[in-house]
Amino acid sequence: MTGTAPTPAAGGPYDLLLLAAGDDVAVAVRDLAAGPCRTSDGRVLRTSGPVRLGHKVAVRDIAAGEHVVRSGMSIGSATVPVSAGEWVHTHNLRSDYIVTFAHRGGEA
Amino acid sequence: MTTSPAPLLGYPRSDGRVGIRDVVAVVYLVECARAVADAIAAGRDDVHVIGFGGCYPSAYAHRMLEQLCTHPNVGAVVLVSLGCEGLDREALARTVAASGRPVTTLVIQALGGTRSTVARGRAWVEATRARAARGRMVPFDLADLVVGTICGGSDGTSGITANPVVGRVFDRLVAAGGTAVFEETGELIGCEQHMAGRAVTADLGAQIVGRVEKAAAYYTAMGHGSFSPGNAEGGLTTLEEKSLGAYSKSGSGPIHGVVTPGQPIPGPGLYLLDVVPEGPPRWGFPNINDNAEIAELVAAGSHVVLFTTGRGSVVGSAVSPVVKICANPETYRRMSEDMDVDAGRILEGREGIDDVADEVLDLLHAVAAGRPTASEELGHREFVLTYKSSEPTGPACLPTLR
Repeated sequence: MTGTAPTPAAGGPYDLLLLAAGDDVAVAVRDLAAGPCRTSDGRVLRTSGPVRLGHKVAVRDIAAGEHVVRSGMSIGSATVPVSAGEWVHTHNLRSDYIVTFAHRGGEA
Repeated sequence: MTTSPAPLLGYPRSDGRVGIRDVVAVVYLVECARAVADAIAAGRDDVHVIGFGGCYPSAYAHRMLEQLCTHPNVGAVVLVSLGCEGLDREALARTVAASGRPVTTLVIQALGGTRSTVARGRAWVEATRARAARGRMVPFDLADLVVGTICGGSDGTSGITANPVVGRVFDRLVAAGGTAVFEETGELIGCEQHMAGRAVTADLGAQIVGRVEKAAAYYTAMGHGSFSPGNAEGGLTTLEEKSLGAYSKSGSGPIHGVVTPGQPIPGPGLYLLDVVPEGPPRWGFPNINDNAEIAELVAAGSHVVLFTTGRGSVVGSAVSPVVKICANPETYRRMSEDMDVDAGRILEGREGIDDVADEVLDLLHAVAAGRPTASEELGHREFVLTYKSSEPTGPACLPTLR
């Protein structure tokens, strides 16, 4: 975790919260439908499908095998190419430490 | 840190610590004595049941009970023994007596069974409480307290609202000379290098990396990490992502040391409680649930525990108050009666992390002054203590002459 997260109140209202500058993913602050969304750093990103609160969206194109960075720290590696605006979860991101074990992991 | 609106008054203990609660701990020394312990405590908010269910002795459980029975929030102790369990009740009673606390040991087999033991226990508690009511109180400051933190029922919001709030609170408490403790080496996998960089010495940094590596090996041997289906539904994808969220509870200040369960925090500063046992897994998961972890934070000396939750937990704890900080605004709306702080408003852009940290510090002050937390008010006094270490032992669960 490098640097401090921007204070969300300063940037709002927005749909996707970017926790640190340079992050590869932003977090949905409410349930989002597919379509244009505002990021906390003032950009507009088109999500390719619905995204639930607390889930992540890629803010740039990510190649398979690349580390995915959130809050300035790697949270795993992409298993397939991920496009900007795509939901990022167990279907396209895996741990570099321990296989994620979740009975219902990855459901929409 | 916010200035104190009124001087805090607490319960002085012989070791110099000050309690923010004055609890009578009724301690069952084996599951067989638990119903009797429950009956002794029934109907009194200031009498809490803790204990150990196992019949075979455990150095870990013994250490934990010693620390809990001499915890600053505990003013008196009732030990409830069936009579033939392996836990060394006499040594435990000696430790409690040496701390200056009133202690009595009730051996059910010697006292003639359930009713007579319950009657003896209740009468002792009544008499002890009446004496305690005449005790003096002493002034103290928030910086004199140990504040623990844990997250439970995490989701994608935990790591961006409630956990950074606790981190900010910890930064301020420690900067003011206070003591803070965070835990779960297994929930910090992926953060070890960053943590090592915060350690006050290079040796401590290397030790932290080693402890997290031990946790990773332990969890790998167990088949999976500290990651539940609910975490994934809430938007967390990997263990290291969950770790990152959990890690933010520790704030950004220097890390002063590492303690293990049953070991008290040695001095002011920020400490990591390493809950993962040494060696290969022998007793299953390091901690079977949040309350087993809270018990370890309390045994480390925590006067109060900040519990962050995204999906919504309702638990409290015996001995020390639990403050619940809700990360998710939807959960807060659904379960507000169980929550003390609404950190989800950060997510909705209504307030910043510092604003909510201010509120938590004010609330800590109020709770230290005696205001019950939501879980205290609702009667939550969960307590879990299980086997964690083992040592070679003979047939201990037999009648003995001691």
